[in-house]
Amino acid sequence: MTFFLQNFFNGIMLGGLYALIAVGYSMVYGILRLINFAHGDVMMMGVYFAYYSAVVFSLNPILSFTVAVLGAAALGFLIDRVAYKPLRKAPRISALITAIGVSFFLENLAVVIFGAIPKSFLDVFKDKSILEKTITVADARIPLLTFLVIIVTFAMFSVLFFVVYKTKIGMAMRAIAADIPTTSLMGVNVDNVIGFTFALGSALAAAGGIMWAMRFPNVHPYMGFVPGLKAFIAAVFGGIGSISGAVLGGILLGMIEIFLAAYFPSVMGYRDAFAFIILITVLLVKPSGLLGKKAIEKV
Amino acid sequence: MKKFLVIVFTVLALVNLFAAVKIGVILPMTGGISAFGRMVWEGIQIAHEERPKVLGEEVELILLDTRSEKTEAANAATRAVTKEKVIAIIGEVASSHTLALAPIAESNKVPVITPASTNPLVTQGRKYVSRVCFIDPFQGSAMAVYAFKKLNARKVAVFTDLEQDYSVGLSKFFSDKFKALGGQVKQVFYKSGDQDFSAQLSVALADKPDAIYITGYYPEIALISRQARQLGFKGYILAGDGADAPELIEIGGTAVDGLLFTTHYHPKAVDNPVARKFLDTYKKKYGKEPAALSALGYDAYMVLLDAIERAKSFDGTKIAEEIRKTKNFMGATGTITINELGDAVKTVTVNVVKGTTFDFAATIEPHEVE
Repeated sequence: MTFFLQNFFNGIMLGGLYALIAVGYSMVYGILRLINFAHGDVMMMGVYFAYYSAVVFSLNPILSFTVAVLGAAALGFLIDRVAYKPLRKAPRISALITAIGVSFFLENLAVVIFGAIPKSFLDVFKDKSILEKTITVADARIPLLTFLVIIVTFAMFSVLFFVVYKTKIGMAMRAIAADIPTTSLMGVNVDNVIGFTFALGSALAAAGGIMWAMRFPNVHPYMGFVPGLKAFIAAVFGGIGSISGAVLGGILLGMIEIFLAAYFPSVMGYRDAFAFIILITVLLVKPSGLLGKKAIEKV
Repeated sequence: MKKFLVIVFTVLALVNLFAAVKIGVILPMTGGISAFGRMVWEGIQIAHEERPKVLGEEVELILLDTRSEKTEAANAATRAVTKEKVIAIIGEVASSHTLALAPIAESNKVPVITPASTNPLVTQGRKYVSRVCFIDPFQGSAMAVYAFKKLNARKVAVFTDLEQDYSVGLSKFFSDKFKALGGQVKQVFYKSGDQDFSAQLSVALADKPDAIYITGYYPEIALISRQARQLGFKGYILAGDGADAPELIEIGGTAVDGLLFTTHYHPKAVDNPVARKFLDTYKKKYGKEPAALSALGYDAYMVLLDAIERAKSFDGTKIAEEIRKTKNFMGATGTITINELGDAVKTVTVNVVKGTTFDFAATIEPHEVE
């Protein structure tokens, strides 16, 4: 029982982190139909922003996280302006390839600016004990961080929901998702709205990255690659474009990974492979994902 | 115009005349185990400054990065051999990377001397690949004996990184010896680059082991230790020489306090004029104590130059033969003798993490694990 409970909480922790990163991924896709492969790398940049603002400018953690989230938002806006805007009218595949290019560019830029030697995210905190604290439930130990991850996930989910469904800019975002030329005819500045969408998605990536780094404090330029892929799988699993689908997909993916490894120890070294098997299965059986809308293809 | 051409050709001729002897240095300078690359490079640079010439010719070091990837290691070797025309290669650190570059060097008859690849397969059946470090059968057995006899551990959970030949080998050698001594071993697996080990740990800690032994590299060792302590594990955490980087403590924090690992060197464990000089120079240049890999990088360069001097030529085959004739060479990590198989016969040092530094715990001689 303890074993089950322990792994259940382990799964929640990991799944929560996947969900957190997948939310931004899914939102950008939902609005723009662009798989932003640079999402994981924006997350990495966000973590570095937090690290440096805390270590070099000795800001307190909360302030440095705010700086990081705003910095990542600015970076997202800039990436859109430089890399994606010139390709608005190009076929979708061009934007996709550009996204992969941006991903490589950010990774290598980070190697040049921040160096390839891993940094420890623990340096951000003066009192490191917060990260280590656990509470015990029926002999299962749960890091306090697990609750923080869940709270942040739902807070961001709510903020996003509010922005997309209750504000004017959210209305513009949804309009763009439906039809860009018509939205433009209605007097909406399409470029600014798309820029805002990227800024929002990047801010979410940075927030997710910070939580990730609190759990796994190994900060290096390629740290965004695997979480980015896992978040992509989670988003597809839940139904890409659907924000609640991303949360569900993330948590389920984390759970499946943990339980497979825990109950089938002989395959535990190949955990990542299972994530991709899930991706392939979902694409074959239900391409629109668990909560995704069925896309009607116009011929 | 004529004058100009004359000058150009004269310069070219002069450059060719003073062409330096090139030695390729292939290291993981970026990516997962970049700390290892940096440490070896520091050691090689100190050695190069101390001894910049061989057989009267200037030595030029060509540094090539492998990005901590096997394929890049092979690419770097191809580039070193075909484009840079190096006479010898120093590198890599990870056994799987050295294994990837070895066939290229072997078929081009370029000698390779690796500072820290400890898997036995690295030199097996090869003529041109040698090393200045001990091999894993000895390192694994040494830790098994230490854990069983000194720490009184009877049940150990062994963490193996399936992607690293080094880790797979070391786990096997440890487990064989530990079981032979009468201990119990439970195997769990992960892959380089994994971040979450909670599932593996829940399996490993289910039957309350006395110790966990992690045979991978420092990024994962640090994360596994953190997550193990969070899950309430109070026993010993043991590791191999893959733990030997300051990043282990930076990322691991208090969780790695008391972690014991087998390695090649501790400043307190060696006492000879070369080691003292190396220690002084290193401290002056970098303002800290050298780690094992820096000392091994230094030794790899010095052993290679010594072999070239004895070979009296830059011919790859002759150098490779001379490397394997190295006897009682006084190096920064101690006395180095390389046997006819290309492996160095040395003592194992056990270091322990104390606060934010590595402290010396014990040395184990080859005969102690027989």
